Amino acid sequence: MPGTSSHSAMTSRSSERFGKWLVSAPPLVYLLFFFAIPSLIMVLASFRTPGEFGGLSPLVEDGRLDLNLDSYVRFFTESVYAQIFVKSVWYALLTTLFCLLLAYPLAALIARSPKKYRDLLLLLVILPFWSNFLIRIYAWMIILGPNAAMARAVNGVLSWFGHEPVALLFSSFAVLVCLVYVHLPFMVLPLYANLEKHDQALLDAAQDLGANGWQRFRRITFPLSLPGVYAGAALVFIPALGIFAIPDILGGPEDSLIGNIIKQQFLETRDWPFGSVLSIVLTVAALVLAGLAAWVGRSQLGTRSSGALSRA
Amino acid sequence: MALLEIQNVSRRFGDFTAVDQVSIAIEAGEFFTLLGPSGCGKTTLLRMIAGFDLPDDGRILLNGEDLADRPPEQRPVRTVFQSYALFPHMSVEGNIAFPLQMAKTPAAEVPAKVQAALEDVRLIGFGKRYPHELSGGQKQRVAIGRALVTHPAVLLLDEPLAALDAKLREEMQIELINLQKEVGITFVYVTHDQTEALALSHRIAVMNKGRVEQLDQPAKIYSFPTSRFVADFIGKCNLLEGPVTASGNGVVTIDAEGLGPVRVASSAAVTGGKSGAIALRPEKIRVATSTSAVGATIAEPDRRPEAKPDGRSDTESNNHFRGTVTDHLYLGDVTVYIVSTPQGCKLETLLANSGAGRTKFFEVGDAVEMSWSVDAGHFIS
Ligand SMILES: Nc1ncnc2c1ncn2[C@@H]1O[C@H](COP(=O)(O)OP(=O)(O)OP(=O)(O)O)[C@@H](O)[C@H]1O
Ligand SMILES: [Mg+2]
Repeated sequence: MPGTSSHSAMTSRSSERFGKWLVSAPPLVYLLFFFAIPSLIMVLASFRTPGEFGGLSPLVEDGRLDLNLDSYVRFFTESVYAQIFVKSVWYALLTTLFCLLLAYPLAALIARSPKKYRDLLLLLVILPFWSNFLIRIYAWMIILGPNAAMARAVNGVLSWFGHEPVALLFSSFAVLVCLVYVHLPFMVLPLYANLEKHDQALLDAAQDLGANGWQRFRRITFPLSLPGVYAGAALVFIPALGIFAIPDILGGPEDSLIGNIIKQQFLETRDWPFGSVLSIVLTVAALVLAGLAAWVGRSQLGTRSSGALSRA
Repeated sequence: MALLEIQNVSRRFGDFTAVDQVSIAIEAGEFFTLLGPSGCGKTTLLRMIAGFDLPDDGRILLNGEDLADRPPEQRPVRTVFQSYALFPHMSVEGNIAFPLQMAKTPAAEVPAKVQAALEDVRLIGFGKRYPHELSGGQKQRVAIGRALVTHPAVLLLDEPLAALDAKLREEMQIELINLQKEVGITFVYVTHDQTEALALSHRIAVMNKGRVEQLDQPAKIYSFPTSRFVADFIGKCNLLEGPVTASGNGVVTIDAEGLGPVRVASSAAVTGGKSGAIALRPEKIRVATSTSAVGATIAEPDRRPEAKPDGRSDTESNNHFRGTVTDHLYLGDVTVYIVSTPQGCKLETLLANSGAGRTKFFEVGDAVEMSWSVDAGHFIS
């Protein structure tokens, strides 16, 4: 009877579905409580009024809901915030770019080294994670400090050219150096994971077909590594955009980034609604930029291959 | 002067000699095959021609020019890799255009050349597809089209059909022969499949343990193997071994083990007592029932021999032996019969199953008469 078999197939399918739900329920519940609900609270907070002594004023006042766009208006009218925002994006972009430039050769080197050394080299890449994040940032204070060898060497060379001595510490230079240092492993790992899978036969074929080293990189290795580049760029760009500890510790007064302002709104100024607005704008900006990059990347990959003829 | 000359080329990996003193001269327009068992050094030799590996000794000349200083990308030699190695991020057109772009072909000329290559490998209409959208046979064609589009002097093919199923492989073999004729490019083809080598090639170099054992036309390799290895490797072959008892007048006689004196036409001058062998193809042996009973199955009745009770007969030009069928193997178009002599020698014989649907001439246990002419076998010293 056809009915029985389809019925039993259906029940087995629904029990399969139930099993899937059972497995994914704990992470979903976790995300609900620690991501979705807090995000909603934050969105709600961004429309509320700051309390007299910080925090939030009551949601219902004189029998009506106290929701307004004041904090949004403030963000879009006071240009200083937009400027800091642009500066943060700029720093995050620079960080991503430098990480890419440093990580690509490193990842390629590891991917091409003998198999028995690869794990060791990877371990060295993630070794910094074994010590505390803040301690590593404070270490840069020492490295870049005015009496350290580095500052002396730089200023020695500068004075040779009759230049005033400069401070390395508490500068945008220090912030960028540390941003790149902290995020480098996040770029190396996805790039390595991608490059390691590349088929040597493709490079042999390209060489056989007349491609020199640079052409092999440009036409084969690099396009095939783009998924790794995008993954690494996202892993670097998004945290770099919101970071506050590094500018706090290593930056000068001019180096406050959006992360610092958000922290300030919540902990010092205690203007929660405005802090929420800044956070939301940051999240939306990160999503938009990531989506844009993915879209550009995908359409470029498409034209690269199908448009190969016309671009000869 | 040959187009591609391989002169005394050797390649060693540590103590192991993968290619040993190989010398081959390949003519322009030739379909040349390197044939040999796995690990005999075919790929290593091919990689040295392509430039991915360098000989430890010897030289490789193309048009008289030593290729030693030329990296792969500067050799007018193209390889079709066994794994196809198509660029997954480029369409079929992109793949075929790639070598043209590397050769700095003017952009205006590229599309026409790509179309011509697609036509050569019968892939018109597939240009916009990506490698993952193609079947194995189609990928193979793209790889060949991509290698041919710049009209290289030599095309190297490393077991290009190994991954295809039997039917498609045969189709591709015919296409390869036609394609090679059409484009007139020299093919150096690597395979371990002897039927493929025999079917495709103008000439074959049979390799064993890094050495060339025999280099000749397919028919010569098949009929006149010069070594036991070649005789054994190319097709089915009976090897009759024993000391030489007489030689002269173009005939050598050996006292074959388990069989007795066997005569074979050979101009080789061998001294008696030296051991030798006769390579005898199964299909060269005539088989007939040894009794003259009515209706007896006789493969070639007009040549029926007179047998002597001791198992051999002495008709001047032929070798005759008696035996018993111990096994048979039905292969569709032919049936293989294993015949054992009273002294314990097993010979493989073959009869075509053509006549009126007849599929079995003998049963296991049948007493049969084998005979073959003096020039049916081939003497190997
Ligand atoms: N890079 C290498 N290092 C050490 N030994 C090697 C190297 N390349 C090849 N060999 C050895 O050389 C021998 C010949 O290898 P090659 O790949 O040329 O064989 P082949 O004839 O192509 O075999 P197959 O039909 O299996 O492809 C093999 O025994 C192989 O182990
Ligand atoms: Mg091989």
